[in-house]
Amino acid sequence: MPGGDSTRMPAGADVVEARPSFLARFFRDLVRSPKGMVGFVIIVILLATAALAPLLAPHDATLQVLTDRFLPPFYAEGGSVDHLIGADNMGRDLLSRVILATRTSVTVALIVIAIIMVFGSAVGLLSGYFGGIVDTLLMRLVDFQLSFPFILLALLLLAIFGPGFSTLIVALSVAFWVNFARLVRSETLKLREAEFVQAARSIGVSHAAIMIKHILPNTLPSIIVLATLDIAVIIISEAAMSFLGLGIQPPTPSWGMMISDGRNYLYDSYWMVLGPGIAIVVTAVGINLFGDFLRDTYDPRQSRL
Amino acid sequence: MSDALLTISDLETRYRTSRGDLRAVDGASLTVRPGEAVGLVGESGCGKSALGQSIMRLIQPPGRITGGRIDFAGRDLLTLGDREMRRLRGREIAMIFQDPMATLDPVQRIGDQIAELLEFHTDLGRTAIRKRVVEMLDEVGIPQPAARYRNYPHEFSGGMQQRAIIAAALILQPRLVIADEPTTALDVTVQAQILDLLRRLQESQTNTAIILVSHDLGVVSQLCDRVCVMYSGEVIEEASTGEILADPRHPYTVGLIASMPRLDVEGQTLNPIPGSVPDAINPPPGCKFAPRCPRAMDRCRIERPVLRDHGSGRSVACHLYD
Amino acid sequence: MTEAAPPAPGRPLLQVEGLVKLFAVRRGLLEAFSRPKTFVHAVNGVDFTIGRREKFGLVGESGSGKSTTGKLVARLLEPTGGSVRLDGEDWLTVSGSALRRRRRDVQVIFQNPFLSLNPRWSVESIVAEPLLTHQVLPRHEVRDRVATLLREVGLDPRHMRRYPHQFSGGQRQRIAIARALALNPMLLVADEPVSALDVSVQAQILNLLARVGAEHDLGMLFISHDMSVVRHLCDRVGVMYLGRLVEVAETRSIFREPRHPYTRSLLSAVPVPGKRQRFEPLQGEIPSPLAPPSGCVFHTRCPIATERCRVEVPLSREVAGGHRVACHHA
Repeated sequence: MPGGDSTRMPAGADVVEARPSFLARFFRDLVRSPKGMVGFVIIVILLATAALAPLLAPHDATLQVLTDRFLPPFYAEGGSVDHLIGADNMGRDLLSRVILATRTSVTVALIVIAIIMVFGSAVGLLSGYFGGIVDTLLMRLVDFQLSFPFILLALLLLAIFGPGFSTLIVALSVAFWVNFARLVRSETLKLREAEFVQAARSIGVSHAAIMIKHILPNTLPSIIVLATLDIAVIIISEAAMSFLGLGIQPPTPSWGMMISDGRNYLYDSYWMVLGPGIAIVVTAVGINLFGDFLRDTYDPRQSRL
Repeated sequence: MSDALLTISDLETRYRTSRGDLRAVDGASLTVRPGEAVGLVGESGCGKSALGQSIMRLIQPPGRITGGRIDFAGRDLLTLGDREMRRLRGREIAMIFQDPMATLDPVQRIGDQIAELLEFHTDLGRTAIRKRVVEMLDEVGIPQPAARYRNYPHEFSGGMQQRAIIAAALILQPRLVIADEPTTALDVTVQAQILDLLRRLQESQTNTAIILVSHDLGVVSQLCDRVCVMYSGEVIEEASTGEILADPRHPYTVGLIASMPRLDVEGQTLNPIPGSVPDAINPPPGCKFAPRCPRAMDRCRIERPVLRDHGSGRSVACHLYD
Repeated sequence: MTEAAPPAPGRPLLQVEGLVKLFAVRRGLLEAFSRPKTFVHAVNGVDFTIGRREKFGLVGESGSGKSTTGKLVARLLEPTGGSVRLDGEDWLTVSGSALRRRRRDVQVIFQNPFLSLNPRWSVESIVAEPLLTHQVLPRHEVRDRVATLLREVGLDPRHMRRYPHQFSGGQRQRIAIARALALNPMLLVADEPVSALDVSVQAQILNLLARVGAEHDLGMLFISHDMSVVRHLCDRVGVMYLGRLVEVAETRSIFREPRHPYTRSLLSAVPVPGKRQRFEPLQGEIPSPLAPPSGCVFHTRCPIATERCRVEVPLSREVAGGHRVACHHA
């Protein structure tokens, strides 16, 4: 116990007390953090929009009304409230497209994050717990993977499987699982030596049970923080891939694709890019703020438990 | 006492927590005379470390000193500004912490770290400073001091690191040294050597008083003439070392001594104090030891006892003696 | 579920012979790939026995190897050499599922009450884990057993749904003890179980250990650096220095008449309240475990060392009934 740290709480602070539920504590912490609140609100709006997209969109996002081509937003001359942020080169309502694209991005992000959390954690756990040859092999796999530029990987998969939703999911999953594996591995390495794990061994608990019941729950805070931050990156990567035409295919709208469509009309009809661009930025910022809040509050490395 | 070097009166130090203010030091009073060795004894949560840090004004947010006075050589330390405190630290009051690696900079040579103190507080030239540091390293028993001046902290053993810290603490001949559990992290044979060293230095530097903070009454009795016992943020008994062991008066002190296993006693029955330390955020009304006290009276649960002078250096905060 | 046969009286509970543990140290890049050449002799040939209901204290300073010995006995580390017999049967060659089953006989209490309990598990789950792992009881009886165990260690069973951080250090150690008792072990390995606790709480836990030890017919390997604690609790004591056992005797003998120069210095170093200590200091510092001295491992600091000590490793000799010393001159 270092004696030089005068900011440490003196002992005696952790007296027996009833602990409010996790949710109650979470909201209490959230309310105290401005950036947490902002991020949380943005995320809630995002999820709500994704869930209720068809109901929220004022128009059919794929309906082409050629007379409305390049209609500017409502505040510019010639615009109307009917198409709040204007229409694109095919006369489709931009607001509706942005809203529907939210569903695309959120779906992709959630699927990918689920896959990489499960797979990455499994690999990390096994690697960190058993060490030895298992660790060496798995970590070499990770190294190999990391040395592959993401775009190259995506192109490779594209060549094999053709563009589309599944290819996109696979490409993103393959690219992002390694971070999870490394994080879980390093946490496992630390936890493996913890006294409560030694205690479980001395009781005769099996390796599997130790990994799943003892080590994994203690890595959850770090996993959740990383997942939150990764979601933002995944959404941006999805946008990038769709921008390049490697991901979501028309007619399903996607922010990246919308920006790609609007690229050629940037000077005259900037509003084609404005909507999706702002959507991406706000989403990424919101998720990052929330992720920051989570890390500040729950990162075990900064824990005062 | 007008000839006292340090007089702490009703000191209060609190830490803000989500549940309220934690009263680390809750009205503690203490006196130290020049050149005296005083032990500050208590278990964890009693506030002894917080008290030491409060004297040095090292309390950082969420902690703050909320009341009382600390009179040091005629000045109230709580009224001094940052710059004045910095001049005081190291020069007049020095502190030794439990973990030497927390105090020593791992990337700077040991000798240079001690020299820095002299550079900051004195006008001596580099050669003079270096000479003084080597002398001090020798005095604390570090072999080949001139060569070891150039060592880094990790090249020293735990015991030697602590000796280096002691050298740094004493080099400016401060009037007061606060040693917060200086030997707790050391092996028992190394601890004995360090206590020996401290005793020797204390005897030779007659103008330096020392407050030895420890949970170990055995350690304290090797060095100190007087002992103050702390419980839940207050000093509840003060006496000479011999008296505290032979005739403890406060029921907590009695219980503490009865629960200590002693090396020199065979077939001991340990009588632990039942219960646990009170909540430092919402302490019970009246005497804080009352819930665990075998001799508690009704008055104890209502009125907090005050530290009263029993004469000849004895003070006790207990209604049994009021 | 099979009940283990009750241990035969008279036969020692634990017999440790020639126990050795070496840790490989790789220094530098070149050694990273080849067979290790440098070793730390953490435990270097240790022999002792523990009787059926005996509390055996193992003391020493840092680097003595006492904690490692405890971990070897508990099979949390695998020894490099030597033999251990538990209740007459070889303990070291058991492996796999047979090992997991036999682990019921040796339970461990760790030093840090804050780290030896999984912070995310409720107390009930923690104490129930051994019972569920070995399927000792039908599920619906587990909770009652947990309640009984908690009551036995002085805790209120109504709190079993709480989490470890809601308890104080002393209470957590009680939980750890309850967990260790769940499987009715024969031997308890306690690695510095009270070192992280306050004095008054220490006393509570020591009394508890003494009581459960007696009530459950437990043998105990009690590892500690605190000699006063060991004097109070243990029947016999072994003193370790740099991986070797230098002296073993009944508690009374060792504290009244320590024979080995290290034991003498160690005992003289313990500060006793109210008495100015007459410390018999040792010269120098503890040698690096990477390069233990030749011959008697203590000779570099010993006040009575001779040439013989530098050359010849002293064997453990019996100097009085049950009192063994590893010294040429004791």
